[in-house]
Amino acid sequence: MAYELNGNTIEHDEEGYLTDLSQWNEDLAVVLAKDENIEMNDEHWEVVNFLRNYYDEYQIAPAIRVLVKALKKTMGKEKGSNKYLYTLFPYGPAKQACKIAGLPKPTGCI
Amino acid sequence: MPETINPTNRIHNNNRPADPVTPYLDPLDMADLVPGCMSQSHSYEASPVHQEKLGFPGELVDDWHDKAINKMGDLVSKYKSLRVFLDSCVKCGACADKCHYGMGTGDPKNMPVARQNLFRSVYRRYFTTAGKYVPALVGARDLTIEVLDEWYSYFHQCSQCRRCSVYCPYGIDTAEISMAAREILDTVGKGQKYCNEIIGKVHEVGNNLGMPAKAMKATLEDFEEDLEDETGLEIKMPLDIKGADILLVTPSADFFAEPHIDGLLGYAKVFHEAGASWTMSTTASEAANFGMFIGSYENMRKVSLRIRKAAEELGVKRIIFGECGHAWRVAYSFLNTLAGPFDFLDSRYPVPQHICEYTWDLIERDIIKFDKSKNDEYRLTFHDSCNVARGSGMGDKPGDQFEIPRDILKATCNHYFDMEENTIRKETVCCGGGGGLLTDDLLDLRKKGASPRMKALSNAREENGVTHMAAICAICKSQFAKVMPGYDFEIDSILSVHQMVSNAIILTGAIDPDEEDDDE
Repeated sequence: MAYELNGNTIEHDEEGYLTDLSQWNEDLAVVLAKDENIEMNDEHWEVVNFLRNYYDEYQIAPAIRVLVKALKKTMGKEKGSNKYLYTLFPYGPAKQACKIAGLPKPTGCI
Repeated sequence: MPETINPTNRIHNNNRPADPVTPYLDPLDMADLVPGCMSQSHSYEASPVHQEKLGFPGELVDDWHDKAINKMGDLVSKYKSLRVFLDSCVKCGACADKCHYGMGTGDPKNMPVARQNLFRSVYRRYFTTAGKYVPALVGARDLTIEVLDEWYSYFHQCSQCRRCSVYCPYGIDTAEISMAAREILDTVGKGQKYCNEIIGKVHEVGNNLGMPAKAMKATLEDFEEDLEDETGLEIKMPLDIKGADILLVTPSADFFAEPHIDGLLGYAKVFHEAGASWTMSTTASEAANFGMFIGSYENMRKVSLRIRKAAEELGVKRIIFGECGHAWRVAYSFLNTLAGPFDFLDSRYPVPQHICEYTWDLIERDIIKFDKSKNDEYRLTFHDSCNVARGSGMGDKPGDQFEIPRDILKATCNHYFDMEENTIRKETVCCGGGGGLLTDDLLDLRKKGASPRMKALSNAREENGVTHMAAICAICKSQFAKVMPGYDFEIDSILSVHQMVSNAIILTGAIDPDEEDDDE
């Protein structure tokens, strides 16, 4: 199970999440997003970059509410909402956005 | 046959929409029967890494047959209930139409008696005289690799909700058989990824999410800020406070997911208003105990002992569990056996106590009060989570696990309506995601399993204009957020019970939240 990108083979698990997080790059994010039927725009990138920075610091993705709060500051009140996040990532921001950001799948009763 | 609803029992309300959007659907109707239609449902198996962290073989062992039969022998001798369940079924059929997965999928193997028989047939072959000598006459069969695969598939189509056991004249509990089957599967190296990866994270990091202490601290500080913005009060989310009176153990979804977080904010407001001394713990930062789902006493015990250890280290007097269904089943029914005795706690309080018991007691004593009008936008119903309804109790009277959450909701809002009688309280239909099935790779099964509840909820919308449903289980909340849009409900139509508490509680000295921005 692997993604092919520019002649490189990048392994993923059975659900499409990267097995080696360090192999992520922006080109790959576009491929991952396409697999999810998502065309990356500035707002998707805003979310993906926030997730990656947060993960760097805390080794886990942020709670949706923490993400929404951060987006409110950068994208404004209307777009900084859970509902708007679902329009960006219809399968659910936690799992779908993490996959595109190259982070592990959040686990638990979520 | 599915029970029919007596129309006279249904509550009619003047606010009912003039033109029903959907016709009345019997929630307990069986889908058309299609043998084997769910045989391909096979959730991802655990990797060697996930298996070994739990003390199980990484992959299917060479001597899987003998090892499985030995384990079965071990289990039927250790758990008398299991042996009785396997020996006593008379095939009366009372359970046949009672499983939400049976109703939703139409696969006859999702009838409880058929599910049990996948296991019982092997038990008979190896552990009964008739089965040893004349297997064909008594429905006994050899354990083959195909049978093992069939077990894997269909014992991961049971949410261990015990609805079938309510109707069984012998009280046979398919949940226990399902747990035993999963334990045998783990023992031979064929575990499930979803459960086992999560249990590994609890052992390693302390919670299902794998949320490290640093992230937990930052998240809780963030929530404290939100609470201060909303109320103008310094409502604390204390962590690792030695000498606190109360240790709150809550599902880690309460730190991460919606609507779970609103429940957590509700607990914090209740503790604040009551002036309670409380704390959470970074090491026992999870109420859930998936050890039960996989039937592993050892894993269940290890997970439970973290809570005891944290309580001892922090020197608390009481342990309170947050809104988590199966955590409460483990806590209420087994915690003392697994990690007791809790003689170091204050014996004047129940060990452990449910957050709903705690809040209801404060309501009864008039210590916390509500402005119900704050919840006027909600026309609410309550989903009884299976593990609370049929796996545990609450309060001091039989059936209090049904009444206390309802009493809290009725204290916090003006518009409360129950769903149809044969889908609530002890007859509640499962959310469809319990028992270790809340995983994306089982989404088809989850949607089908949720259909009885979603039909009952849709009927409540038609009858009484119900807009929202509250629950006290992290799994139920996540599952409904996923399946509700399929029935024209918004994803935020599922609520935490303590979210309603949070909205309506009158906090001494608070600013009016209506004048503040909110997340809507």
